[in-house]
Amino acid sequence: MSVNAPPRPKPETEHPSGDPRFKLIDRTLKRLQHRQDSLIEVLHTAQEAFGYLDDDVLIYAAQQLKLPLSWVYGVATFYHFFSLKPGGEHTCIVCLGTACYVKKSGEILAALEKEFGIKPGQTTADKKLSLAQARCVGSCGLAPVVVIDGGVHGREMANETVARVRAALAHVAAPAAGEPAA
Amino acid sequence: MNRIELQAIADKEIERQQELKCRVLCCASTACLSSGGQEVRKALQDELKAAGLTKDVQVVATGCKGLCSRGPVVEVTGPAQERVLYANVTAEAAQQIVRQHLVGGQPVNDYRLDADSPFFTKQVRVVLSNSGIVDPERIEDYIARQGYAALGHALREMTPEEVCLAIRRSGLRGRGGAGYATGLKWDLVRKADGRDKYVIANGDEGDPGAYMDRTLMESDPHRVLEGMALAGYAVGAEQGFLYVRGEYPLAVKRLERAIKAAERQGVLGSRIFDSNFNFRVDIRIGAGAFVCGEETALMSSIMGRRGEPRPRPPYPAQSGLWNSPTLINNVETFGNIAPIILNGPEWYAAMGTEKSKGTKIFALTGNVNNTGLIEVPMGITLREIVFEIGGGIPDGRTFKAAQTGGPSGGCIPAEYLDTPVDYESLTALGSMMGSGGLIVMDDQTSMVDVAKFYMEFCMDESCGKCVPCRVGTAQMHRLLSRLIAGEASAADLATLEELCRMVKALSLCGLGQSAPNPILSTLKYFRAEYEARLKSGAAHGAPSQEAA
Repeated sequence: MSVNAPPRPKPETEHPSGDPRFKLIDRTLKRLQHRQDSLIEVLHTAQEAFGYLDDDVLIYAAQQLKLPLSWVYGVATFYHFFSLKPGGEHTCIVCLGTACYVKKSGEILAALEKEFGIKPGQTTADKKLSLAQARCVGSCGLAPVVVIDGGVHGREMANETVARVRAALAHVAAPAAGEPAA
Repeated sequence: MNRIELQAIADKEIERQQELKCRVLCCASTACLSSGGQEVRKALQDELKAAGLTKDVQVVATGCKGLCSRGPVVEVTGPAQERVLYANVTAEAAQQIVRQHLVGGQPVNDYRLDADSPFFTKQVRVVLSNSGIVDPERIEDYIARQGYAALGHALREMTPEEVCLAIRRSGLRGRGGAGYATGLKWDLVRKADGRDKYVIANGDEGDPGAYMDRTLMESDPHRVLEGMALAGYAVGAEQGFLYVRGEYPLAVKRLERAIKAAERQGVLGSRIFDSNFNFRVDIRIGAGAFVCGEETALMSSIMGRRGEPRPRPPYPAQSGLWNSPTLINNVETFGNIAPIILNGPEWYAAMGTEKSKGTKIFALTGNVNNTGLIEVPMGITLREIVFEIGGGIPDGRTFKAAQTGGPSGGCIPAEYLDTPVDYESLTALGSMMGSGGLIVMDDQTSMVDVAKFYMEFCMDESCGKCVPCRVGTAQMHRLLSRLIAGEASAADLATLEELCRMVKALSLCGLGQSAPNPILSTLKYFRAEYEARLKSGAAHGAPSQEAA
């Protein structure tokens, strides 16, 4: 399974675009000594810096690690965590794990789909909101659970979640997590 | 660092805690934080400052106390103080607790939780003994509760063989689900030839409805690290990897801090406890692939590749990471190690049943009153878990089934509620122990929908390497969809059963081999529900959630 990449010219030390975010990737590369087995870590850093992995980033990672681009692409598409498309300004993740499913999180997802006209994995046309589903976020004691912009909200009701997402989109502070449902 | 210095740290910390009038332990796990735990802690601190009690009372951010459905949970404890638990605490309640209880000495009964309720008294906390009590971000707090004493003892007084033997005699079995004898596995790696050996802690908890590993890593990270270091010493490895799900950022943060603190104190790193033993731990963050919970796929992922499983043998004990002998255990398994070394294998083996020793953590969720994280002795019955610890089914509904083992397990119906929970009994019922998800379903839940739910999960998460799993899960999902739509014939049902047997027998790894289990177990116990959905069948049985 070892990767025998053809010898490449020594990679340039700086990305030609001069985008400072590539420096973050460089730092991770340096910390992990450009080892080929650090690819997933490099992609984690890249996704954190750019929000998603575009072709440029994948090519850069391939060059720096001396791996074939097909190999890098294969890894990036294997894992759910990596996204090759830019996401919206805000994200709403509905957990569809078993505990949440039993507590009817499917109804929350359906309400969001109806309200914003997008399916999980899609982003609204104005690039404001991405909707996603999760397999389990590990907060099963609070089921059903949604994660809006990184904040976990438990014991949700469909109309509550829609209001929360509306509030997030309008840049108004959403009701604090865990506030009892009115 | 030597053992005398370790004791000195422990003594100093205990003395500091004794000098306080009392300590207020606030759960700071993901569940309680998202219920407003942060605001509660701040309110407590502000109010204590206003009351001038900051010197006598310390507010501690701890790990999980288990009762996640009633969070945020706060505990007041002290040397000359009755232990009082509060649940559903709000910022206003926190102020009241300070004024009435900490200043006035009268507990606030409105929020008080009965510490003698079966939820607490039925549990036996071994792995979670520190959880909810120590501050996971302070190594001193862990050391004060005999932390790293087992490692110090083993390095000084025990040979690696003796450590393996102790684990073997304890009867501990892998807590990831399959239940392989831990001590045997350690011995295999110890005896394997190889210059470099590795230890991996599997924290890629992918089963939906399970969060035992998350809680342990968030609540008591040093316990996991100590277990890994003991394993490293026993098998002769100097490098450990902790593979943590990407969905668990708080666990990653606390583990990173714990590793730094442990290295600073000299209980990890080079020449641990002034011995010749070196052990480093690196964290690897998963990127969201259920199949990476399978050991060979997980190792591929650690090496930066697509997380695809490979055939075994060779087993990781012979040829694992970079073809070196590798020990891979679940995070919860590592959580058992230090107590076994400290208290002796006989103490551990006294708990549980004949073949399943010790305790097991379950994530009790679904249609049950007390959802949360529980640790119970092996051999407890499902009835005790659901109706005593769990407090029964809410909204006046009745119990229909308990699902264990996640997408690899099955549903256990009401007539088997008195079955003891151990590896063999659950497997005999067509389910499995699994990593510890226990989802209670009431009479409104349709078993066919549940089977389809799990099949959709397995279909999505199949890595695509072997045909039986890649194609079989998709076909089973299609048949279940037709059944739910009322378009399936009796022949389709027969095909579904045949596919189940085929996928089970021919898949490459555990994901595919166990993917049909949810269908097989629901067919076994709730066949009428399947037959009711056939094309001409009258609609009796539970209504479909999807058709509603």
